[in-house]
Amino acid sequence: MIQLKVNGSARQFDGDPDMPLLWFLRDVLEMTGTKYGCGMGLCGACTVHLDGAAARSCSTPMKDAAGKSITTIEGLSAHGDHPVQQAWKHNNVPQCGYCQSGQIMQAVALLKDKPKPTDHDIDEIMQGNICRCGTYQRIRQAIKEAAGVKA
Amino acid sequence: MNTINVVSRRGFLERFVSAGALIISVPVLEQALGASQVDNAPFHPSVYLGIEPNGTVVIIAHRSEMGTGIRSVLPMIAADELDADWKRVRVEQAIGDAKYGDQNTDGSCSITNFYTAFREAGATARMMLENSAAVKWSVPASECKVKFHEVVHTPSGRKVGFGELVTAGVKQLPPKKEELKFKAPSEYRYIGKDMPTIDLEDLCTGRGKFGIDAQMPGMVYASIERPPVFGGKLVSVDDSEARKVRGVQQTVTLDGLKLPYGFQPLGGVAVIADNTWTAMQARKKLKIEWDLGPNAAYESEAYKKQLLDTARKPCKVIRNAGDVDAEFARATSKNEKFHEAAYYVPLLAHAPMEPPAAVAEFKDGKVLAYAAVQDPQAAQDIVSKSLGIDKKDVTCHVTLLGGGFGRKSKPDYVAEAALLSKKIGKPVKVAWSREDDLHFDYYHSVAGMYMKATTDAKGRPTAWLQRSVFPSIGNMFTPNADYAAGFEMEMGWINVPYTIANQRAENGPVKNHVRIGWLRSVSNIYHAFAVQSFTDELAAAANRDRVEYMLDLIGEPRKMNMKEDGPHLANAGDKMDNFPLDTGRWRNVIQLAAERSGWANKKSSPGHGFGIASHWSFNTYVAAVVEVEVNERGQLHIPRVDIAFDAGQIINPDRAKAQFEGASVFGTSIALMGEITAMDGKIQQSNFNNYPVARIQEAPLKTHVHIVASNETPAGVGEPGVPVMAPAICNAIFAATGKRIRELPVKKTKLA
Repeated sequence: MIQLKVNGSARQFDGDPDMPLLWFLRDVLEMTGTKYGCGMGLCGACTVHLDGAAARSCSTPMKDAAGKSITTIEGLSAHGDHPVQQAWKHNNVPQCGYCQSGQIMQAVALLKDKPKPTDHDIDEIMQGNICRCGTYQRIRQAIKEAAGVKA
Repeated sequence: MNTINVVSRRGFLERFVSAGALIISVPVLEQALGASQVDNAPFHPSVYLGIEPNGTVVIIAHRSEMGTGIRSVLPMIAADELDADWKRVRVEQAIGDAKYGDQNTDGSCSITNFYTAFREAGATARMMLENSAAVKWSVPASECKVKFHEVVHTPSGRKVGFGELVTAGVKQLPPKKEELKFKAPSEYRYIGKDMPTIDLEDLCTGRGKFGIDAQMPGMVYASIERPPVFGGKLVSVDDSEARKVRGVQQTVTLDGLKLPYGFQPLGGVAVIADNTWTAMQARKKLKIEWDLGPNAAYESEAYKKQLLDTARKPCKVIRNAGDVDAEFARATSKNEKFHEAAYYVPLLAHAPMEPPAAVAEFKDGKVLAYAAVQDPQAAQDIVSKSLGIDKKDVTCHVTLLGGGFGRKSKPDYVAEAALLSKKIGKPVKVAWSREDDLHFDYYHSVAGMYMKATTDAKGRPTAWLQRSVFPSIGNMFTPNADYAAGFEMEMGWINVPYTIANQRAENGPVKNHVRIGWLRSVSNIYHAFAVQSFTDELAAAANRDRVEYMLDLIGEPRKMNMKEDGPHLANAGDKMDNFPLDTGRWRNVIQLAAERSGWANKKSSPGHGFGIASHWSFNTYVAAVVEVEVNERGQLHIPRVDIAFDAGQIINPDRAKAQFEGASVFGTSIALMGEITAMDGKIQQSNFNNYPVARIQEAPLKTHVHIVASNETPAGVGEPGVPVMAPAICNAIFAATGKRIRELPVKKTKLA
């Protein structure tokens, strides 16, 4: 039996320990805010926080999530008012919005490590998150706004 | 009944509004009717707007939301005419139903086709509320004015909310279309303003529900192994190992398709399991023997050669002006130089971030589905045909779409879910993997183009020949559609706006070996690449400024009349008379892009170049100036794009801008890295590692979007930004490096 915390609540799983965390969240817990995009850690749509660090849930087997504390987009803030979410809304970032859970979770992790990111920092950390609608320019703008750095 | 009506809730909108609501229907324009809909239907396809007894305004959004903002923006048009408080408007997503008119959210035409009906719906409701207030107060209607969700009696200042007028309102006859009065543009609250969409909050909090997120009680999960080659058939399957996997319930075989392929499922073997991952894993344990069928020898390199060889020979003439052959003969006799170039654009995949996904339940002879579809009526259609049931017995709810780009107007995956549900007696979710998405797409056509011109002493063409060869989308509906369909030729091929005395456009034949379908801006992608690159080549040969040269070729502002030298064009599904190609508007966007990018003062130098391209599609005029940097290792960076467009009246400038920002990135992916190839009939790309799309550091750093202020009929914004990008980028690369890219993607050419 695998024990873990998801958004502060204790959860357990007795299925295949190789099943990725993504599908536990989506199909077992029915928390669908975390998205599937590639299944290989190539696109970032499934990004969550594992003990506070960004992780690709599609490539994190449940056995590696055992004992860990997971934060998903649903648990990022109670009222959708995390500074990064606020900046996202203020800049009208999403188009289709499918990748944005992952983008936001990755951006929150970026700002934790680099509170005042440069363009280079943003490129380096956000390049793992694909947006097919092409909202990158607004993602960059929103990250800088959340960080209080000049666009 | 092509009139405005008050309709009863029963049978129309019972799921959306409560008893006692006032519901009006306003007929849509003729061009917004679905292909099979005619005016003698029992109802005329309409826009529906309701007002609840509590005053809430309910507006039905019948177009699919895939990121353009359309399901917010169309209702805002009605809300504005009604002068409703947007906070008291509830938007309801329509199911697939012919009563809404055309629901295929595709072709950048939602605003063009439905702007009028939504305005009329808002104006109708406003006038009915004013009349109801006049009856209530026994005053002339002319003294009653709607103001921000209330009706005000102007002389006395008395007010009444919308809700209190509903009961009286339903008893009224609605106004006739010709009696409708509209707001002056100065009175608009929402039209022309940067309103956020209704989905913004949900999309920033993970609450938005996409097709892959849809759930039904008792639902099981399917993963389908499809024929690896288009047209292949199942010979035998050994599922013993797959069924041993814990969590697997059963396997199901699905029949293959028959040509023409249309929206039919591909067939194959499905694994049904307790969750997505188990289904995907067990599927790998299936042992299947396939008959690979007639396309097993398809190979992209040989096919490329075939396309380009065909393009070098005389093909079918589609447009002809003057006498190209005579001018070429004259030039040959004088020993003048010819300009020739062949261009190539490979197969492309849509790769929306959400792969195709649907949930469906077959029960009591009926299907209920929740799906990410651009066209829920097409889903009804293919589900009913696949299961042999009546179309009216298929209910298709539309979720949010995690990207569409044309892929999700082909609802084969909804039919897969419905077929599986019928076979196993449970609701089934079909969620394609990324590998499925790239292996079994409706690919954007691979295309070969050949261009030839002679020029005068100033480098201006005296004769211009263009040939394109590509597998047609027509194959979707007609087997052996070897030549292009008319609409493909209208996309940037027979409407090149140049004032050249001798011009000929041709199209050559070729067979398809994969499913071909439309992708964001369709044939405009390869046609604009060839025409705009070749224009740049001619300007370079003449050593002329690109902007000045392009304007010279386009000539004086005029409305093009193609009747004289070619077929009378349709244009983005509309009559050319409604949307004449206006070279004045075309010139204007070129000049605007040049001005805002500072073109006149920007000189290219080694490693640093500027390129321009312009194009007209979906009735929208676009020009882009792209700046590139190429370092000594040949790495490319795009610091800036200036893109100017004229799409007529703009309803939501911020969302329109976002579409062009996105097109800048989408077009960059096409230019730099997009390529699908086949070997032995199988698609070789499988995921984002071998089908890369632009990431944040590869996308243009800044895309400046410049909107032409216009009161012309609203045109498209979703697609028209895409076609200019590849030629503008490649023209900039030439300016920076002297290397002429004639084959996409750019990554195949060493830039250093």
